Amino acid sequence: MITEAVPERETYLNASHGIKSWLLTKDHKRIALLYLHTITFFFFLGGIFATLIRLELLTPKGTLVSADTYSKLFTLHGIIMVFFFLIPSIPATLGNFFLPMMIGAKDLAFPRINLLSWYLLVIGGCFALYAMLAGGVDTGWTFYVPYSSNYSNTYVIATGIGIFIAGFSSILTGLNFIVTVHRMRAPGMTWFRLPLFVWSNYATALIQVLGTPVIAITLVLLICERTLHIGIFDPARGGDPVLFQHLFWFYSHPAVYIMVLPALGVISELVSVFAKKPVFGYKVVAFSSVAIAVLGFLVWGHHMFVSGQSVYAGLVFSFLSYFVAIPSAIKVFNWTATLHRGSISYATPMLYAFGFIGLFTVGGLTGLFVACLGVDVHVHDTYFVVAHFHYIMVGGTIMAYLGGLHYWWPKMSGRMYPEGWAKLSALVIYLGFNLTFFPQFILGYLGMPRRYWNYPDEFQVLHVMSTAGASVLAVGYLMPLVYFMWSLRYGPIAGPNPWGATGLEWQTASPPPAHNFDETPIVTTEAYDYAALAAREEVNVG
Amino acid sequence: MHEQAASIKSYTLVFLSLLILTAATTVVAFIDLGPLNVVMALFIAVVKMMLVALFFMHLRYSTVLTKVVVGGGMLWLGILLLLSLSDFVTRGWLPVPGK
Amino acid sequence: MDSHTETAELREQFETPAQQKEISTLGMWIFLVTEIMFFGGLFLAYAIYRREFADVFALASNTLDAVIGAVNTAVLICSSFTMVLAVRAAQIGSRKALIVFLILTILFGGVFLGVKAYEWDQKFEEHHVPGPTFHLEGTTQQGPAQLYFSLYFTMTGLHALHMIIGEGLMLFLLWHAYKRKYTPSYYTPVDIGGLYWHFVDIVWIFLFPLLYLIARHQH
Repeated sequence: MITEAVPERETYLNASHGIKSWLLTKDHKRIALLYLHTITFFFFLGGIFATLIRLELLTPKGTLVSADTYSKLFTLHGIIMVFFFLIPSIPATLGNFFLPMMIGAKDLAFPRINLLSWYLLVIGGCFALYAMLAGGVDTGWTFYVPYSSNYSNTYVIATGIGIFIAGFSSILTGLNFIVTVHRMRAPGMTWFRLPLFVWSNYATALIQVLGTPVIAITLVLLICERTLHIGIFDPARGGDPVLFQHLFWFYSHPAVYIMVLPALGVISELVSVFAKKPVFGYKVVAFSSVAIAVLGFLVWGHHMFVSGQSVYAGLVFSFLSYFVAIPSAIKVFNWTATLHRGSISYATPMLYAFGFIGLFTVGGLTGLFVACLGVDVHVHDTYFVVAHFHYIMVGGTIMAYLGGLHYWWPKMSGRMYPEGWAKLSALVIYLGFNLTFFPQFILGYLGMPRRYWNYPDEFQVLHVMSTAGASVLAVGYLMPLVYFMWSLRYGPIAGPNPWGATGLEWQTASPPPAHNFDETPIVTTEAYDYAALAAREEVNVG
Repeated sequence: MHEQAASIKSYTLVFLSLLILTAATTVVAFIDLGPLNVVMALFIAVVKMMLVALFFMHLRYSTVLTKVVVGGGMLWLGILLLLSLSDFVTRGWLPVPGK
Repeated sequence: MDSHTETAELREQFETPAQQKEISTLGMWIFLVTEIMFFGGLFLAYAIYRREFADVFALASNTLDAVIGAVNTAVLICSSFTMVLAVRAAQIGSRKALIVFLILTILFGGVFLGVKAYEWDQKFEEHHVPGPTFHLEGTTQQGPAQLYFSLYFTMTGLHALHMIIGEGLMLFLLWHAYKRKYTPSYYTPVDIGGLYWHFVDIVWIFLFPLLYLIARHQH
């Protein structure tokens, strides 16, 4: 590796110096990096809990921890991963960095609110960390009553406050993105010329704004129930615990689309660039993001088939749940059609995209299994469900996140990551992932319940496989942490457009200047217009 | 886009209408209309809401996007209420034990 | 990018003051939609339990004073009226009128909160606060009766919290109006402060009949 002298050009990284210039920044790109640090911290913290869980499950009887501690482990793993990693992940890092650039804007509509969003995530995280260190919480990330309201002796309230505050962070980010996409597009950037990554983040923002307030009020009611015993979920007073579940899942189901929609947007970008072809059926893919956002609000009762919800409601929710699979499937078909006769490159981001497509498909199809009321009665609260959602969240979202991180790394840092190591870690992650989670489908189908700390001896082989996979996966995740940091100092300098991608973010320097573009771009081409890009480049060279 | 300042007169008219409707809803509550009582109460409340939103909050003069945003909010509240109530209202409808 | 030095009226990321105003207003409306969903959860709980315990809820509701409730509703409507006149004053550059109407809005809001505090105190005196000392005359269903009052306190409490925040916002606007920050070309904070205030009014417009007027014909 030749370490070249970095040219002294003004970028968003060196435009101002000192810690205050970062902690009081209004620059969406710097805020994206602040988020990147925060969510990386939470990812590895959540990963530590996952490690402890898998270590405990190596043996059928309790070995490492007590049953109560085990309950705290899976609860904290879930809470940290969902609320402090997955929900912010792509929108707050890649979205924050690139959405304004992709639409040709100087910044988001409300830069100071953007900074506030980051502080809220950190403050919420502090409450969650306090709860963790003071003794933990053991209710499961779903906080069902009456355990969470009446019986748990753990730090439910502190955790609830932390999630409430983090939820506010999410709401403000969503609000910012919606207004920005509607009103701050550069001249010529019509809705149907937007990169699909923008459409996905826009659809995600809709969910953040409409859904998150409901979990906020749910947490308020839970805290009131716990402290003041208002009785709203208490059968002794005439209350109904199932009401809690309705309120909880009204948000938490759409929340899973908050977690996956931006990932779907990343994959659209990657598939196009690394096949050098426009995304097949652009409009349909764009609308499918909005369709997922809308339909995702109509299906939450599928988490409650065995809760005591009326069978009639169960039928309705099961029926509607099949529909929400359709727009997701459309994306997969359209990506496949995009790849057909494309000029395919197997750079690391593309490896992650391929991994995503396969694993997301498995996750999505198994979603249909559990959407079926009759099947769900058997697999509810088993490892089948655990495997299903990890295929989507880890096999899907995290892979897309890593793919996007690799893809946009040269733009954000001005440096290239080491391609050989990157390809290797993508492979390690893919293999580790499947070894971890595929056995869990089988475990669940055979009846292994989730959240159990011990299990019958005959399940041990599958659990050992899963834990082995988890160790491989852990190695796979640590590798990018190391080589990304390495690349900041020693990686080759990247040019403005190392991938030959369309999109306004590639038409400015790497790293970009603080104000993004030297002149307001005027957009005259459709999205993914590689021919126009080539013509432009010929003109530049000639 | 510079809006004309609305006249004090039109605001006063809306204000007085709101007061009258408040009195109306209170008085009507004391009359036994059976199931219509709750319908009347909600209807009057909706009318008052529309008056405040359209005139005091200037929704009447707002962009189409703003109106869509507000409509969307109401629709989503509707989804929360109706789809959740669909559980509670239908308990016991199907002849399945315990449901 | 045409860069310009940042002023309150035209922040760096916007091209024109008109764009900034429109975008700020849109942002506030979206925030209000989140508030609709936030209160919505409480309205759902209310709808479910009123349906299930209709008689007890009616009985409990009748222990509230409908006249006080109606008058308080009128007070809040007055505050919305003075608020909209404040926005109008800002729009036409009338600083004195703006200050007067903001003060009136704050006063009406204060009266509303004061009456609310009195009503809550009454409930404490009458042992209508859910808990060990609760008792509602005229029913054996003390559990569901407590549910009504839990909803009463939670819903009016959350509303009052929003009112208090609103009073804070009004004081902020008053201070800035006093410091001559608002002109006909820049009065957006007053405008969006007004939107927030009116929203809180609308929530009460629903709370009043739903909590106070369930079945007044059944005294």
